[in-house]
Amino acid sequence: MSLFFAILFYAASAILVAGLAAKIVGFARTPAPLNIPTTPAPTTPAGVVFRMFREVVFFESLFKGNLWIWAMGAMFHFGLALVLVRHLRYFTEPVWTWVAIAQPFGMYAGFLMAAGLAGLWARRFLVERIRYISTASDHLMLALLLVIALTGLGMKFLMHTDIVAVKAFFLGLMRFDIQSLPVHVGLYIHLFCVAALMIVFPFSKLLHAPGVFFSPTRNQADNPREVRHLAPWAAQLEKN
Amino acid sequence: MAGPEIKAPAFREFPTVPKIQPDSMAHLKCYVASEKIQGELGFPGKLADNWQETHDAVIKRMGELLEKYRSLRVFMDACVHCGSCTDKCHFFIGTGDPKNMPVARQELLRSVYRRYFTPAGKMFPALVGARDLTREVLDEWYNYFWQCTECRRCSVFCPYGIDTAEVTMAARELLDIAGYGQKYSNEIIGKVHRVGNNLGLPGPALIDTLTGLEEDVKDDTGCDVRYPVDEKGAEVLLVTPSADFFAEPHIDSTIGYGKVFHAAGISWTFSSKASEAGNFGLFIGNYEQMRKIALRVREAALELGVKRIVVGECGHAWRAAYAFWNTLTGIGAGANDPFAVELQKQLDPRYKQPSHICEVTWDLIQQGRLKFDKEANDHRIITFHDSCNVARGSRMGDYPGGQFDIPRNIIRAVANKFVDMAPETIGEKTFCCGGGGGVLNDELIELRVKGALPRMEALKRVVDDHGVNFMALICAICKAQFTKVVPYYGFKSGMIGGVHQLVSTAIKLGNEQ
Repeated sequence: MSLFFAILFYAASAILVAGLAAKIVGFARTPAPLNIPTTPAPTTPAGVVFRMFREVVFFESLFKGNLWIWAMGAMFHFGLALVLVRHLRYFTEPVWTWVAIAQPFGMYAGFLMAAGLAGLWARRFLVERIRYISTASDHLMLALLLVIALTGLGMKFLMHTDIVAVKAFFLGLMRFDIQSLPVHVGLYIHLFCVAALMIVFPFSKLLHAPGVFFSPTRNQADNPREVRHLAPWAAQLEKN
Repeated sequence: MAGPEIKAPAFREFPTVPKIQPDSMAHLKCYVASEKIQGELGFPGKLADNWQETHDAVIKRMGELLEKYRSLRVFMDACVHCGSCTDKCHFFIGTGDPKNMPVARQELLRSVYRRYFTPAGKMFPALVGARDLTREVLDEWYNYFWQCTECRRCSVFCPYGIDTAEVTMAARELLDIAGYGQKYSNEIIGKVHRVGNNLGLPGPALIDTLTGLEEDVKDDTGCDVRYPVDEKGAEVLLVTPSADFFAEPHIDSTIGYGKVFHAAGISWTFSSKASEAGNFGLFIGNYEQMRKIALRVREAALELGVKRIVVGECGHAWRAAYAFWNTLTGIGAGANDPFAVELQKQLDPRYKQPSHICEVTWDLIQQGRLKFDKEANDHRIITFHDSCNVARGSRMGDYPGGQFDIPRNIIRAVANKFVDMAPETIGEKTFCCGGGGGVLNDELIELRVKGALPRMEALKRVVDDHGVNFMALICAICKAQFTKVVPYYGFKSGMIGGVHQLVSTAIKLGNEQ
């Protein structure tokens, strides 16, 4: 089983990094031929950075759009962020101070994450128009994340696993020295789903994470009278 | 138009999200462009007899668009179906058809994108909602991508800024490539190339109309206000939507433009070559058409030797001018092809190029160069409708949001009674009139009436609470759409008018007899 998970995580990491890199390169290399920020938009690059910061950290547009979705989405994402920070302790020796400080917060953030996910999923059944736009993969993605959250919480609060051994396994993976993983069904499910999530990331709607940074309506400054935005393919037209 | 009588949806006391009514608008389809119309624009005349041929051409073009437009590429991948946009589209609110929810409209295209351009869609189509491009899918695109006004309201509320207008434009480009163009828009683009404006008004008719207008204004005011065409050496070239030359109430704003220049002592002219500010290339998402239409303005400016280029009251025309003219043709700063360089030398760098007529008027008001008799507008209790393309696609003045303040500042400067509609229905959250983006045709009147519901509800509130009897606008399409649809909601067409109509009413021309 340890060997299986070792291979799985090497493969998942490779697919995640290569797949995401390919997507990001694709986004970055595609020109934005016209200036299309959704106004009122900042007129300077510094303003754009500030707008993007508000968008990524506070989900500003979603806040304007729908408070319920915003609240549940924020619970899930902030919960996830804290949980990820907490998990850094499995990959660092010695554990960084700020990661150590974040531990208790990360622990309860797991509940926040699960509650947010449950709320987001409930909408897909309960709200007519959200049900209409939901695909099987929307449900699967939420299921995957929820199983990860619940098995994680389970291992913390119900059926503990040997986290020292888990840490040894992952530190070992990072040195290409495969250690044995504790025998624990909850842990197996948790790790399997995490690997699955890493694998589907570059092929799914999870691309919204890098995508938001490349969205021209949000990352462009509103300055078209002062600056020309000529794409290379559009410049070709001028030669005719 | 023949057919069943259209009934406006009832006003709702507390605007709520409508219950979904699948396919309630599936019957609505605008006329398809003829082979001749298509041919003039260089598109295939009609769908190929062999479906496979059309299929391959569309998929190939989709691949090209994904390489050309970052917006499309990111928007196809980034949507998580969160639902923030689902209750934001005026067409969904008015019709309940779930395919008029922005996310669902986009899915019509995205499902095909997934099938042909993503591994998940190639391997597990049912799981991720991917489907083959079939004739039925193309028909569905035709129905629903022509039920979008590209107003961008959904993009305001999307956490990733996904802009349905960009997706709609791409879909319309694909339809054109398939030989499945829309008659209304493509015919208009043909006319702008052939005659110089969207309405097909030839130069002599234009001059005739404007001469008549000079006489009317002389009769009304006693002043020799001029409405010149093709006058070389004028300071300002004014480019306005061609509806402003004769349609009601558009012409009242045209009268106002002339009075502003007259009162400020600025020489100006229309151009018979560029007698149209509207750019329907935007509506069909075709960069080459948009550029070709914009180039007329550059040529006219060079020929006439003007120092400034000013755009009249038109929403999408202002977006095309403000946001795209510089990129498309070098009207603005930073271009370096020979024509653009020559134009830069000619244009006066003290002014923003191009400028909106509201920017011009507001500058003059601030400089104290215009005087008003505000009481002349006292019979009007005025509200202002922010037009989508101005509100969400362009700007005026020096700071973000100037496009909201400047027209309101002008109204307050020329009239005493002004009241805004509810905050969630103005500014960047403004509701579309329901007629923009190439849907202003008779075939879609049912859609246009229903799509106006949210704006009509907001208007109804200020009419009831404040006695509003005039809705001022700065968009030719909004004016045409509203005068047609407000009677369905129990209002009079006469309550719709331009901001420069108000200016025209109150302005003092200085040499009154």
